[in-house]
Amino acid sequence: MSTTTPPAVQTAGASRMPPVDVTDRKYNKKRRQPLPYLLLLPTVVILLVMLGYPVVTMIINSFYKYDRGAYIGFTEPEFVGFGNYTNVLTDSSFWLMLFRSFLFMIVAVLLTMALGVLMSLLMMRLNKGIRLLVSVGLLLAWAMPALAATQVWAWLFDTTYGVVNWVMTRLTGSNWFGHSWLASPLSFFTILGIIIVWQGVPFIAFSLYAGLTQIPTEVLEASQMDGASPVKRFFLIMFPYVRSIFTVMVVLSIIWDLRVFAQVQALQMVGGTADQTSTFGVWIYRTGTGGDFGLSAAAAVIMVFVMLVISFYYVRQTLKEGN
Amino acid sequence: MSTTMQLNASVKKNSIPTAKRMRNLGFSVIGVIVFICSAFPIYWMINSSFLPYDKIRTQNPVFFPGPGDFTGGNYEKVVVDPGNILPAKFLPALSNSLQVTFFTLVVSLVVAFLASVAIGRYAFKGRKGFIVAILIVQMIPGEALMLTLYRMMDGFHLTENILGLGLIYISTVLPFTVWTLRGFVAAVPAELEESAMIDGCTRASAFWRVTFPLLAPGLVSTGVFAFIQAWNEFVMALVMMNSPEHMTLPMWLRSFLNASKGMTDWGGMMAGSVLVSIPVVIFFLIVQGRMTGGLTAGAVKG
Repeated sequence: MSTTTPPAVQTAGASRMPPVDVTDRKYNKKRRQPLPYLLLLPTVVILLVMLGYPVVTMIINSFYKYDRGAYIGFTEPEFVGFGNYTNVLTDSSFWLMLFRSFLFMIVAVLLTMALGVLMSLLMMRLNKGIRLLVSVGLLLAWAMPALAATQVWAWLFDTTYGVVNWVMTRLTGSNWFGHSWLASPLSFFTILGIIIVWQGVPFIAFSLYAGLTQIPTEVLEASQMDGASPVKRFFLIMFPYVRSIFTVMVVLSIIWDLRVFAQVQALQMVGGTADQTSTFGVWIYRTGTGGDFGLSAAAAVIMVFVMLVISFYYVRQTLKEGN
Repeated sequence: MSTTMQLNASVKKNSIPTAKRMRNLGFSVIGVIVFICSAFPIYWMINSSFLPYDKIRTQNPVFFPGPGDFTGGNYEKVVVDPGNILPAKFLPALSNSLQVTFFTLVVSLVVAFLASVAIGRYAFKGRKGFIVAILIVQMIPGEALMLTLYRMMDGFHLTENILGLGLIYISTVLPFTVWTLRGFVAAVPAELEESAMIDGCTRASAFWRVTFPLLAPGLVSTGVFAFIQAWNEFVMALVMMNSPEHMTLPMWLRSFLNASKGMTDWGGMMAGSVLVSIPVVIFFLIVQGRMTGGLTAGAVKG
């Protein structure tokens, strides 16, 4: 599955006959058989019931006014057409949240990608022992469950006994104990960013490193002999080799960083004002559980739409490589 | 190729100028710093989990615990919970987590395996459409669906239910597992099976004896993926499992935040974090090489 997946679908598909284009109509008509459909049946049923159905219900719900009574089935929800959408799109807290989520995502993705690239280049330069050390460190950070990671960082940044406050006190000379890092939205998002970047960099670094090691050494040596500077060598020689990995990583990071939920939720429980720190998913959750289910559904439909638009490139790229 | 590289290396070793050696040393130092930055929070989690109360609630943090500072008290406290502080108990939560993870793992592997054989081995109408569909479905954010899903599962009487939660997890991991297993199925040449059939196997036994063993690594790494997903999952558990006796481990871990408003028991929380993280870290180490490959399979040019 790693970098060696052959483009074997076509040949594999033709296992019962000479190689033939799968999309060939004639061939399909002749050999229509129930077996593959039976094999797909369980997957299709599960996905239709557990994803298809709720997506459709969500879209329908977004056209209804759900107050608390309607939500628990006391009263009939009232059809309001695009009412929820106009409400969401004219709600300043929605736009603020959107701005916050995207700004956070952009900064986090830039940092993750930049550090990921640097780490992968560093791993290229290290000898075996130190490289193993770095890999273990990155792997540990990557493997931590998001919630556990958040709690560990919350402990590091704890107001009264946190190590960070101890370090700050030591470094600056003034007393940092009692400083609440989660109180102001800016430092709340800084800590959230540290958690996300800390856990996000390893995946980028390992993937890029795997790509970089595939570059023939002759190519690198030749460019070195031609006197290309390290910066030029990276952008002109190495980067083109890993461009498609890089782009997929960017798209995946964008999606993941827009979707952060557990970390935000946990940090809000430790401290921090939820109104000023909610991201996309948390806002939908809070609006929905706060009593306006229809409004939340409308925002959720918008979120699904945004995600699908962003992932378009990823889906196309994966299809191209898979077939 | 490897011999020339060795040659180069040995030539270089003798003629490395001091400047270059210094640079290599510099990179090693940066490497060590990266390791420390990356691993320190984990060290701190483990360290704090073994420290007694007074060594945690101090403004002189203990970086290297002395012999007298070491205690298993935090673990005892969170696992047994003698003071009855936590709303959810560890062992039931562990059992819930194991059940939902096992259920997700087994069902998603079997179901995904069937589908991956269909798209990896057969040509049929709608194959392309199915592939596009699972790739798109994978991108639907669960955070958006959670409340609708809750209402739906409530209608099925499947909230506060391992089976219900497991079904949601299965639907979230299925697209990825089908897609990854397809790669493995497609990578086994069909000729292998054919030659087994020429040697007298039936189609079914050729598949079972020849292809299936070759898929084992694929099943292991997709299985581990499903395991980690189900074990770590938090968002759906948050809405689906609200009563203490139905909480999974992430929910149990989160209850530390609730239980101790203002007087957070960091030692206990770190012990809890260690317990929740251990299985994931172990499984991660097993399949780490494959985790990177999965999402970017074939993305390397050249």
